[in-house]
Amino acid sequence: MWYLCVFFHRLLDYRRAEVESLAEMLGFFPSLEWRLPENQHPDSPFHLVNLPSEDVARNIANRSILVKGIYELWGEGSSLEQLEESIKSYPEDRKLPYLTCETTFKVTVDSFGKAISFQEQNDRIKSLAYIPFKGRVNLKNPDINFWLMETDDYGAHNGLPPVVQRRIFFGRLVGGADRKLLPTYELKSRRYLGPTAMDAEVAFLMANQAQVMPGKLVYDPFVGTGSILVAAAHFGAMTMGADIDIRAVRDGRGPDCNVWSNFKQYGLPLPVALLRADNNLPPWRPGLKERLDHLLKIETTLFKHCTLPRCVKDMVLVLVSPIPSIKEDDMPGASASAWTVLHKVTGKRSETEEALRNRNHAGPKHLTCLAAFIIFDAIICDPPYGVRAGGRKSGGRKLLKGIVAPYTVPDDKRTGHIPSTAPYSLAECVHDLLDLAARMLVMGGRLVYFYPVLRENDVVENHFPEHPCFKLIASSEQILSSRYSRVLLTMVKTGSYTEKVAEAATIKHQEFKENYVKRLEDGNLHSSVFSPVHPQLGEETDSKSCKELKPKYRGKYV
Amino acid sequence: MRLFTHNMLSSNIKGVANGFPLRIEVDQVVEKQVDFNPDFLKNMFPKLEWKALVDAARTMGYTELPEEADSSMLESEEFLRKLHHALLELHLEEGALVCPETGRKFPVNKGIPNMLLHEDEV
Repeated sequence: MWYLCVFFHRLLDYRRAEVESLAEMLGFFPSLEWRLPENQHPDSPFHLVNLPSEDVARNIANRSILVKGIYELWGEGSSLEQLEESIKSYPEDRKLPYLTCETTFKVTVDSFGKAISFQEQNDRIKSLAYIPFKGRVNLKNPDINFWLMETDDYGAHNGLPPVVQRRIFFGRLVGGADRKLLPTYELKSRRYLGPTAMDAEVAFLMANQAQVMPGKLVYDPFVGTGSILVAAAHFGAMTMGADIDIRAVRDGRGPDCNVWSNFKQYGLPLPVALLRADNNLPPWRPGLKERLDHLLKIETTLFKHCTLPRCVKDMVLVLVSPIPSIKEDDMPGASASAWTVLHKVTGKRSETEEALRNRNHAGPKHLTCLAAFIIFDAIICDPPYGVRAGGRKSGGRKLLKGIVAPYTVPDDKRTGHIPSTAPYSLAECVHDLLDLAARMLVMGGRLVYFYPVLRENDVVENHFPEHPCFKLIASSEQILSSRYSRVLLTMVKTGSYTEKVAEAATIKHQEFKENYVKRLEDGNLHSSVFSPVHPQLGEETDSKSCKELKPKYRGKYV
Repeated sequence: MRLFTHNMLSSNIKGVANGFPLRIEVDQVVEKQVDFNPDFLKNMFPKLEWKALVDAARTMGYTELPEEADSSMLESEEFLRKLHHALLELHLEEGALVCPETGRKFPVNKGIPNMLLHEDEV
């Protein structure tokens, strides 16, 4: 059924991506269908979306950050007369249950791009007299919320998307974002803050893109003050963070002002682990590195469309793997129905079981190996890209006079030695991040991170890092200045990590580095962002006319 | 540092072939109560190196875990409680993790393991 989805007018690129991620998280797999209402600009807050049920719609809306409301649309039109006609022709059996005398209701009048006076609002409500409302009015806590929304070209230079023609919508509210979260979690009330702490709204959006749910394990390799993990923990995830700066993760600013206290402040469960580690040389124990080609093949054919539940996917992998001694009950979480699905998909069940019975002598260790390196459900982070914070990795060298060879720490100074670090380039950092994610994310798990892009004359290049194990499913730009933006990339793991894949990834990374990242490196990004603009001669005199030429529509700058 | 973390960590010093499991040197262990979450335990169980966990728990003074475990034991709440305690409630607050091959100590202060390598270990 088509619902009217109205967004808050901000972070335009993030809006549909968020709804799509949440729909998938709630178990609705085929990609969503969207439509724009008549005469609406793509950046308009009014969208129509096809959702399977009202429950799905409500759950998406309530969990989201950017959905102002999802409505069952009773009617729309370019004028009040058209609206009346449209509402009257909407099926009675859809309307009447919400108009009975046992219900309480409220009608809210809203407009996009202009404020409507109280008097006008009242008049609009009265004009709806043709709807047979039988319930009682309750303004504080109604059972049913009706909304009358309108958008028009008000002719004001308010920077909003251009409107061709007036449009009025009337609908019943199904659900909307809980924006009260934002003042609760806003950074200015956060006890422990760093220079690059992630804004609460964006952190929640990242958690939604990563489909964070209770019981999932979420990792942030650049945890800093924990601002991203706080959002993930709010949605029930188990969290884990690492940082190369030990002051950030261990000390903070005292016993009641550190990463732990940021979680305690909101009564959230503390991270499962915080540690000091280098993303360039992560200290995670190795899992099984080699897997047979046929396994990979089965995996890619089976998971191409990625519609199977996670437990089934894991089971398929275990079943078709050449590793013996895996029984049904070695995969907790996989239900009997999953086995039935699996049987249908592979047709291999009896064969596999037979093989398992015969090869039962090997210990359960093999299973552990297979599962060991797929442990995280999501990796969410904001890598240091050298604008406000530069990355560091281990492997620096003490500059001792006259010594050129790599520095060796004298034996008597090893305890308490503070290792020096070396600069960590953006390209390397992103490559390591993708490699780590490919190794340690579960199949279908998500990697969500920010990537910087330069803007020149409002043109943005959209070449993003790639990896054979990952599919890019959303890229949402947030403009930070006229010269650069950051793009939130959402990637989903669709293929297993093998030696072969790792090699291919390195080659791909080299190509990418040659072509695109070089421009962002060598202080280029930093200077592009911070160097002063040099206006060309003669331009200053024109500044007044420039102002008038300024486009009325501000687009994604909101 | 919880034993869950210990179970995932390994020494990644250059040239070390088998850096797992790290030996634990205990200076101070604290116990912190954590909400019991059986689903999380069941999810994580197949990913654990059981022997490493049992040994680590013993070093920390907890000897209730069985030598061998398989997933059928996840049905028993008693077992899950023990696993929960060992995995999530025992914290190594002060001490060190020792690389099994080289003997290099990775210090653990205020519950945070410092896994950063020295210049000549990269």
